[in-house]
Amino acid sequence: MSIVILLSLVVMALALCLAFVRLFRGPSLPDRVVALELFSSMIVGIIGVVAIATDVPSLLDVAIVMALMAFMATIGFARFLERGGPRDD
Amino acid sequence: MIELVKEALILVGAIFMFLAALGVVRLPDLLTRMHATTKAATLGATLIMLAVALHFSQVAVVARALGVILFIMMTAPVAAHVIGRAGYFVGAKLWSGTVKDELRPNYDPLTHELKSGLETEANARHQPRENDRP
Repeated sequence: MSIVILLSLVVMALALCLAFVRLFRGPSLPDRVVALELFSSMIVGIIGVVAIATDVPSLLDVAIVMALMAFMATIGFARFLERGGPRDD
Repeated sequence: MIELVKEALILVGAIFMFLAALGVVRLPDLLTRMHATTKAATLGATLIMLAVALHFSQVAVVARALGVILFIMMTAPVAAHVIGRAGYFVGAKLWSGTVKDELRPNYDPLTHELKSGLETEANARHQPRENDRP
């Protein structure tokens, strides 16, 4: 495993930690949904880097499914939020 | 050469993702946070997928990587639009330094209606709809 791959994995793990901070603290529910969406795009990136590091091209299918699920989850959360009406959290 | 380009793409993609996460922690309100995450994270994932396509130079893998890029590029704006809309409607607070909110004077949160500024007496009357709140 080359140093670049290791470095980028470390940077993306730090980014996941930062996104988790927002997910934990997020003052309102839409903020948490944004943090979840960021999570999923970072996980797509991490899966890509792991696919390069391990030379397993099948991992790309996992990335495709991850992106698809994240989109569906975001749309679902937004529908749920809009149904609920105004809220003050 | 390809090795060098690949490593540069991976590193820049990871840095863009880190910037997106930094933005989501540091920026003050929902819309500015979305502006950080949507664009930077999409670009980061795109660059890493380009690096994947360069690394495995087989047709099937390159097609799949380009498919992921196309899918992310198409869905990220839609998802951001939907979350931003829902956030505005549930009353997410804007940053205190916000200069302009053009929706505020034209949008009625009770009836969920948007005015255009070109109302006449006839079309300004409220039309009952099926998704009206009681």
